[in-house]
Amino acid sequence: MKRMLTGNASAAWGARISEVEYIGGYPITPQSEVVELLSKWVAEGAMNAVYTNYESEHSMFAGVGAASLSGVRAFTSTSSQGLMFAIEMLYAIAGWRAPVVFVNVARGLGMPMILQVEHGDIMGIRDTGFLQLHAETCQEVLDFVPMAYRIGEDRRVMLPVAVNMDGFLISFGREPVDVPDKELVRDFLPKYNRPYPVVDFSNPVAYAPTIVDGYAYMYFKEQLQKAQERAREVFYEAAADFERIIGRRYEPIERYMLDDADYAIVSTGSYSTIIRGAVRRLRERGERVGMVRIRMFRPFPRDEFVDALSGLKGVAVFDQNISLGKGGVIYTELAEALYHAKERPRVLMSFIGGLGGAEISFDAVRYMLERLKDAVASGEEPRNPNWLFSEEDRRRLARALKLTLGEEVISE
Amino acid sequence: MSSEPTRYRTLKDIPKEEYMAPGTPLCAGCGAQLALRLALKALGPHTIVVNVPGCVALFAIYPYSSLKLPFVFTSFVAAPATAQGIVDAIKVLRSKGVNLPEDTKVLVVVGDGAAYDIGLQSSSGALHRQLDHYYFVYDNEAYGNTGFQYSSATPFLSRTTTSEATDRVPGNTFWKKDLFEIWRAHGVPYIATVAASKPVDLLRKFEKAARFKGPKLFLALGVCPTGWGSDPQMTVKIDKLAVETGIWPLKEAVYGEVRHTYIPRSLKPVEEYLRTQRRFAHLFDGKHDDLLKEYQARVNAYWEKVWSTELK
Repeated sequence: MKRMLTGNASAAWGARISEVEYIGGYPITPQSEVVELLSKWVAEGAMNAVYTNYESEHSMFAGVGAASLSGVRAFTSTSSQGLMFAIEMLYAIAGWRAPVVFVNVARGLGMPMILQVEHGDIMGIRDTGFLQLHAETCQEVLDFVPMAYRIGEDRRVMLPVAVNMDGFLISFGREPVDVPDKELVRDFLPKYNRPYPVVDFSNPVAYAPTIVDGYAYMYFKEQLQKAQERAREVFYEAAADFERIIGRRYEPIERYMLDDADYAIVSTGSYSTIIRGAVRRLRERGERVGMVRIRMFRPFPRDEFVDALSGLKGVAVFDQNISLGKGGVIYTELAEALYHAKERPRVLMSFIGGLGGAEISFDAVRYMLERLKDAVASGEEPRNPNWLFSEEDRRRLARALKLTLGEEVISE
Repeated sequence: MSSEPTRYRTLKDIPKEEYMAPGTPLCAGCGAQLALRLALKALGPHTIVVNVPGCVALFAIYPYSSLKLPFVFTSFVAAPATAQGIVDAIKVLRSKGVNLPEDTKVLVVVGDGAAYDIGLQSSSGALHRQLDHYYFVYDNEAYGNTGFQYSSATPFLSRTTTSEATDRVPGNTFWKKDLFEIWRAHGVPYIATVAASKPVDLLRKFEKAARFKGPKLFLALGVCPTGWGSDPQMTVKIDKLAVETGIWPLKEAVYGEVRHTYIPRSLKPVEEYLRTQRRFAHLFDGKHDDLLKEYQARVNAYWEKVWSTELK
């Protein structure tokens, strides 16, 4: 059934059709609509679940993790500062092997405070053990929730999953979204059947005792890494079933206009819509450029990237995040992925943009392509990272500062 | 309390069942372990233990566990929230027809660092939501497991490794935080202080708590030979002295109504208790008599109030 849904409502519907049994909630902009809807549906009886309002994100993640450990399918969602506050519990949940699913509504990280989109929050949890699926559209937000449970709850994986959508653009943007029937989702997603639930007195288990020896600790960390690696093949199985039952097909990365391309732009999230449009226009002008978009960020789709980008002359990575002191996170990870590729692209460039909801346009995408072509032609090592500040951005900032300070601090 | 029906009348009534294996890796003479062992006997076999970093974490050192009960180790801050998730999950499982023992309980076990300081927000949230669980604090009055650093449960004038006693400072200059009253302000059904040296009182309180749905909170004195600098074989005696000097009052609050379960007719001088522990040794150099008087006056004032209201 098609409905006009915001990204937030799509996330809530994703939890609803996945027949989530437990929800922990705590508000934060731009995520609050997700927990508002779920609490309402539970109160109305539209969902057969328990909903609890927590007093912080840290407690909320502890609660949903513990519920999952007890054998109950658990869901939550948060954003930005809330995710950072909870990050300690994310490591705990992954270590418990509790396949919680949560939706992150990406937002920048203060200070300075910001409400709009940036991927600093979701990238900040990349080392926790959570799998990550990144949505571009409301439809993907909804579809990725049952996909996430299917992959995370698989016995070969047993890991929590983060589904990411962009704040404002997707969280508050409305699109026609197909909401699959519960029966179809039941076909796709078996019931959560946890081995060794903590509530089993006939077989009492001590979850996460303290380890004093490094070798035993390393063993557990290695198990987590192996589970991450196995999640890749489980993704493909889940995607094949999802297509067969629900009718939409997802790959770990999306390849756009890559046939006979010399150049490509790599991105993730909703800004990919802008980049895709620009790539199409550039193609119309005869530029041999394509795009690769990330859907699965953890485990990192290394082989898929090598396959998609081998033989290209230049690749630009659009990072809507910054690891301060290093640069873009996707750029860094992609550089590692391509290092041993036999036909790796000659030039790999890093662009930082769209932080805190800063806009990008066709011109920004054309600029990235021009810089790539210059670097390929000159044969010199490109400087990274490069900041996507437009002249208009600079003028707006200069005007605002002049207005408040009464003097020109930055020249227009 | 004697007027209420109970299965615990004398020491002989202490249940024989053990849920704590012998030979735990805790320190010799650990008072927290004595109190917890009794608590588990009262709670029985269908108890899920939620624990955080602290001394009691030593009960589960991979690949061993000293507790014969399901156990979840969670973040320092998050024990009450973790208990919430389990209690809520039990509700879900029961609604779906999963058969769980009727007397299934969730027990949070934390030290004073987690209870008074870093986990106070999480516990306040769970208490406000009237979470049906048991919450057991072993209060050894400092961060014991990390080497005895100051916490807000550290008593007045105690030396700790982060509140040293020097020529300029007499150890900790703050009065112990009144966690009992903070809990009471949440309007929970049952709160009690307990001491391992009064096992019948302790068991009866757990027995009584079982009548109530909602938070059931226990504050147990955790005599700590390692941190306090006391003789391990004197633990029970020191525990008793804490009660007899009036420093550790035994009381309960049912829906906020406070009642002392043991009211000494006269108090032993606080000095008798303080002298058993090296953490207070600096007070007995003849230069701290004023502070000792202040300590005694504060304890006296507490009991004057109790005597005037509860002894009629």
